[in-house]
Amino acid sequence: MEVYLDNSATTKVTDRVRDIMVKVLYDDYGNPSSMHKMGVIAEKYMRDAAEIIADSLKVEPKEIIFTSGGTEANNLALIGTAMAYQRRGRHIITSGIEHPSVHQPLLFLKGNGYKIDFIPVDKTGKIIKDKLYGAINEETQIVSVMYVNNEIGSVQDIEEIAREIKAIKKDIIFHVDAVQAFGKYRIYPKRMGIDLLSISGHKIHGPKGSGALYISDGVKIKPIVFGGGHQKGLRSGTENVPAIAGLGQAVREIYEDFDRKVNGMYELKQKLIKEISLLDGVVINGLPEECSKDFEMEQIKKTAPHIISVSFEGVRSEVLLHALEEKEIYVSAGSACSSHHPQPSATLTAIGLPKNLMDSTIRISISEMTTEEEIDYTVEQIKSLLPVLRRYTRR
Amino acid sequence: MSMFKEFLIKYAEIGLKGNNRYLFENSLCNRIKEVLKPLGDFWVYKEQGRIIVECPDKYDYEETVEALKRVFGISSFCPIVTVDNTDWDSLTKAVGDYVQATYPDLNFTFKVFAKRADKNYPLSSPEICSMMGAYLLNRFPGLKVDVHEPQVSINVEIRSKAYIYSVEIPGPGGMPVGSNGKAMLLLSGGIDSPVAGYMIAKRGVSVDAVYFHAPPYTSERAKQKVIDLAKKISRYAGRMKLFVVNFTDIQLYIYDKCPHDELTIIMRRYMMRIAEHLARQEKCLGLITGESLGQVASQTMQSLAATNEVCTMPVYRPLIAFDKKDIVEIAETIDTYETSIKPFEDCCTIFVAKHPVTKPNVKKIGYSERKLQDRIDEMVKEALETVEVIEIE
Repeated sequence: MEVYLDNSATTKVTDRVRDIMVKVLYDDYGNPSSMHKMGVIAEKYMRDAAEIIADSLKVEPKEIIFTSGGTEANNLALIGTAMAYQRRGRHIITSGIEHPSVHQPLLFLKGNGYKIDFIPVDKTGKIIKDKLYGAINEETQIVSVMYVNNEIGSVQDIEEIAREIKAIKKDIIFHVDAVQAFGKYRIYPKRMGIDLLSISGHKIHGPKGSGALYISDGVKIKPIVFGGGHQKGLRSGTENVPAIAGLGQAVREIYEDFDRKVNGMYELKQKLIKEISLLDGVVINGLPEECSKDFEMEQIKKTAPHIISVSFEGVRSEVLLHALEEKEIYVSAGSACSSHHPQPSATLTAIGLPKNLMDSTIRISISEMTTEEEIDYTVEQIKSLLPVLRRYTRR
Repeated sequence: MSMFKEFLIKYAEIGLKGNNRYLFENSLCNRIKEVLKPLGDFWVYKEQGRIIVECPDKYDYEETVEALKRVFGISSFCPIVTVDNTDWDSLTKAVGDYVQATYPDLNFTFKVFAKRADKNYPLSSPEICSMMGAYLLNRFPGLKVDVHEPQVSINVEIRSKAYIYSVEIPGPGGMPVGSNGKAMLLLSGGIDSPVAGYMIAKRGVSVDAVYFHAPPYTSERAKQKVIDLAKKISRYAGRMKLFVVNFTDIQLYIYDKCPHDELTIIMRRYMMRIAEHLARQEKCLGLITGESLGQVASQTMQSLAATNEVCTMPVYRPLIAFDKKDIVEIAETIDTYETSIKPFEDCCTIFVAKHPVTKPNVKKIGYSERKLQDRIDEMVKEALETVEVIEIE
């Protein structure tokens, strides 16, 4: 049985996403900038996609800019607004567990004279809010906080953070990297106080190379890609129409029958956690402190529905990953730090995971396509592999 | 389209081979044919102690030169312009045009060398030299003759056609692959073993390779890396077979039964045994390793003695006295370095002890190995039976 449990890395496209992309690639392949009918048809796909995404966020289509994915959306959001609001101050606040596509652009800005504060998280992976609010000063221009952490699935209180930071300083631009949250949560930027929101297509059964940035009307932003002035000059380059159409279709589908799908994922997550935690020497990362050995659904629901981070004492994650691969189960290593690759994961370090568990952590990420049978099979395989893998280690 | 219609191939060492010389020449011809085959319809033949490559009408000059630079046995080669019409006016014009195209700044010292295979040609060789020199001096005032140390030697040969050449491109030297038997390379994925394979191939040896794979401790990417390295070696060494041995069970069994600090040595002894078995099967005459004296615990004199003990075939260790930086230099030249340093675990490092033995006692190792006698032969047999063979071209 092939079991794909690496949905936070990427997902399989749906049939309808594939169909619409094939149609754009083969039949409606015009350039949306062309003046003739072929161009008009291509442009229609973009408008439709923008409308679908805007609807799902309850915002206006003109507030959506298409990008090549989450990374570009995050880069544009941070570097683009930092440039636009330079005069307001050069201070940016973020968390210590952001994705590299937020962390690295901020380091770039730091190298260019910006002051960046990285706010620590507690051991469940939640940002320490008092420290965040305390860091705000007159110079603060942007606050950027990820919605769902990609490694451990911790969820930030986005709405509360938005409210509080704006109460302290009204004109702060609030950016949210929602790459792992979009399609798992109903996100309404206007109501929640989000000014910039990054999303990605291939995490929600859309194509790779697709993504978007929501830019609240009125927020100024400068382009980071220059050229023919596509998308209001904010993102030059002929639009990737097949990917954009695929993204739109994926968004339409992910919010169909939404509650049932999310609840289904939570059920599977709870089941997986319960069964794995029965094994010896296992630590589940990123759960709330109130969570007891019963793993109450109420507590599980404080974390993302699709990401489970597990550390297995005395097992190297890379080896467990390949051992599971032999059983056709595909997961991801929580942290790559073999002897050749001495960079421990920033998130796992930030939550204070003991050193011996760093290299023993895997991430299991499900989707609404995951079945109970697949979870049972996975637990069974892990159960039989652990004793063997623990017996043979470096000593 | 390139103005060069032929290449003249010069070889050094194989010129010394006496009565066996034709064998070496044939090997070199075959290697050149093999290397040029994917690049077009080249015609390769021997002629009076040299090899001539005739190019097809359309071919990529740069690609062809790069390919010839990787053929062991070539000491140097010259791209040649041919002239069908050998009457004096045509010939001088052709040589002049050639000089102008090849050395556009037209400012150098030169000497003309002439050969006349066609003895009916109205001018003698010395006459051709002096008259051609005079013509060039007259046409290009920036040129000067220097018969002792010319910067450019312009060669003109007259046979049924005329042949003009002056540029000599260095080849890699060595001896043509296939002229000197075959050996089995233990290829790990590190920096050293590909260089070792390259160096032995340079002495005319065909190479097959064996890689020890230990899933799930080593990944698919580690295996792919070794395949990539084998491809890079085969650019010099020609086609080869890569044997992928699944080594996991043997390794775990040794782990279970033997002292941990001897794990690497005992593991390497089984690698050598398996490699030798495959080598015999493939009619190889030796093993090749990338070992370098003292580089790691398993490469001390004592450790090498312990691993060497298990095979009867000669083990060629071309890097034995090399410093790491010299090995890296060659790895960079043959373009294996970037691939070698990709960070995937190989089976030598996965269970390595914190303090492995550096001076193993051969007797003691033999004693430890006896603890394996229950199942090891059967496991080796199974590893040999399930070996995966990948053809590298």
